[in-house]
Amino acid sequence: MARPVQYNIKNEGGKPINIAEAPPGHTGEGFFTTKLSDLVGLARKNSIWPLPFATSCCGIEFMATMGSHYDLARFGAERIGFSPRQCDLLMVMGTIAKKMGPVLRQVYLQMAEPRWVLSVGACACSGGIFDTYSVLQGIDQIIPVDVYVPGCPPRPEAILDGIMKIQDVIGQESLRRRNSDRYKELMSSYGIQ
Amino acid sequence: MSLTNDIVRARLTEKFADQVTDWEEPYGLLTFTAPKEMNLKILHFLFEDEQLRFRFLTTLCAVHYPDRKGEEMAVVYHLHNLVDNIRLRLKVFSDINQPDVFTATKLYECANWMERETYDFYGVNFIGHPNLKRIQNVEEMDYFPMRKEFPLEDQTRIDKDDVMFGRG
Repeated sequence: MARPVQYNIKNEGGKPINIAEAPPGHTGEGFFTTKLSDLVGLARKNSIWPLPFATSCCGIEFMATMGSHYDLARFGAERIGFSPRQCDLLMVMGTIAKKMGPVLRQVYLQMAEPRWVLSVGACACSGGIFDTYSVLQGIDQIIPVDVYVPGCPPRPEAILDGIMKIQDVIGQESLRRRNSDRYKELMSSYGIQ
Repeated sequence: MSLTNDIVRARLTEKFADQVTDWEEPYGLLTFTAPKEMNLKILHFLFEDEQLRFRFLTTLCAVHYPDRKGEEMAVVYHLHNLVDNIRLRLKVFSDINQPDVFTATKLYECANWMERETYDFYGVNFIGHPNLKRIQNVEEMDYFPMRKEFPLEDQTRIDKDDVMFGRG
């Protein structure tokens, strides 16, 4: 016997769950005013294009996160891009050996601004259990990181939580941030123009 | 009559007399030691001999024994006779201050990368190797990390100290 298929559009009693909250602003008859940065942030944070840089077991957890059960597509990030030119969220998942450091850095440099970095798992964040001569002790030694997800490996819920934190960062970002002195200072501390 | 460890040992002692020493058979694997100048002669004999036919180099590695003064660096060859399915292990020792060993690349092509790896981790200088440079570690590395005098942990970390590991 076929199982009845249920869709989530009914959501009796509550508000529709698939609509993002409007930014604060002034509503009038037939118009709505708000800050441009809020509007741009709203658009950006709900249409992230992630670039997975998966090197080990955290990458497996990421595959589960992309799968139907956890479903990253609910956050507007279902379009995984494998070209750094097109993507705006670099997800580094797994141990980065020192020899791979320059490759990761080049991938980051190839991404266009604005770009964000999510460091998933103990290895990417700090080297993890691999405190050894061949492993990079945290990717923040070579590229700036926006959000760290702890765990070894983190569960898909933790990765989703990291994505939601990234969404907060993206949604609140000022349009002038990338031109600010502080941001330029951060970039030059990594030797990036 | 298939080849056995006893026959291999008899052939080698017949040819090289007291140059081959320290015979052992841990878990049935014939193991012996030779002077490092003899390594190519022995490998060549094992390869060319019509009865022995050790024509496959399974692996090649080094071991660092800091307590064996004057012969700290061991280079170990694992050979395989694919016809009779019998293996053996040859060790040569050398001084860590002059770890020069003749290359086996003329005999076994596969020794090329194995010797590069051994050089990368232990600094064994294979004389006559066509391209002796680092293969696995970053090129900027200025030491040989598997030698015992170097600590395992990454030395660039500043947030971990000895107290954290209970060594304070």
